Amino acid sequence: MKRFLIPLALFIVLVGFLARGLKLDPHEVPSPLIGKPAPAFSLPLLSDPARRFGPAEMRGKVWLLNVWASWCASCRQEHETLLDLVQRGIVPVYGMDYKDQPADAQAWLDRLGNPYAATAVDRDGRVGIDFGVYGVPETYVIDKTGVIRYKLTGPLTRENLEDKILPLVRELKK
Amino acid sequence: MRKKHNYCEPPFEKGGSFRRCVPRAVTALLICTFSLASLAVQAGEAKPLAQDPVLEQRMIKLSEDLRCLVCQNESLAGSHADLAEDLRREIREQMRAGKSDEEVVAYLTQRYGDFVLYKPPVKPLTWLLWFGPFALLAGAAGGFYVYFKRRGERLSDESLSEEEKKRVAALLGNDGNES
Repeated sequence: MKRFLIPLALFIVLVGFLARGLKLDPHEVPSPLIGKPAPAFSLPLLSDPARRFGPAEMRGKVWLLNVWASWCASCRQEHETLLDLVQRGIVPVYGMDYKDQPADAQAWLDRLGNPYAATAVDRDGRVGIDFGVYGVPETYVIDKTGVIRYKLTGPLTRENLEDKILPLVRELKK
Repeated sequence: MRKKHNYCEPPFEKGGSFRRCVPRAVTALLICTFSLASLAVQAGEAKPLAQDPVLEQRMIKLSEDLRCLVCQNESLAGSHADLAEDLRREIREQMRAGKSDEEVVAYLTQRYGDFVLYKPPVKPLTWLLWFGPFALLAGAAGGFYVYFKRRGERLSDESLSEEEKKRVAALLGNDGNES
């Protein structure tokens, strides 16, 4: 009996590793920007290209930066959740329209409703690169000192909002 | 249970509404189908190559060792993803501005992490990755060494008694003399 114990133990360890591997999502790339100041930018507003928006304006506030685009299907999926979140008035959400046609983006907001306090237009995706954007939608939680505290890649859902983002926002607002 | 995420990346052709989330096979088919049509578009995008072939070569050589964030099994040099296109443009521009390869790589890892590197740096977090296989090899070699050593000892310990030797000889049909 004893001679089977070691192979059995090794087998169980191997199965453990494989089971863990199945659950990991290789698309979730940990961002090196967590805990670092949000990259500075100054981008024209979608509603009024003459005016600009940047993280510097948000000093002293906890806020969400949501990277979206009108060509992005998953953004459509999270849109209701965003509208709902904003209606609750817990945290301001600013949008970054990523690699999009401003006209398409405006039409999308007109049609589906606008959850954003303001939307900055990142036409060529350069600011997106500074933020390490690789798959929209992405949502960043930024604290009062302008530091990125959390990043979500993929659509916002009721679950990740209630489990992760809102508890963190409440914590940061204290 | 965590839900599987859906991801989007920018459309293939600017202003289009092509969804990158479609399965790769379909994408490949589309690429084949439309490759002829896109030739004209690509001719425009390929301009930088003609501008500075040496720099382009340097950019490609560097980006071959970098991972595309969208199509994770493709290098930055070989990926058709829009983000890869943008990052190649960024690398090209930084090189043109006189940045060294190391500076360009640092620029990318600051934004996307070590994940972009096909060859991750040696640091405490990656020790297991780099040295784990050798540790396993050493462990296995040690195990084998101990096993064979013990086996050898056990085998040499086992000698036959006079009684057994006689029986062996009888069974083998000899006259009892050891050869």
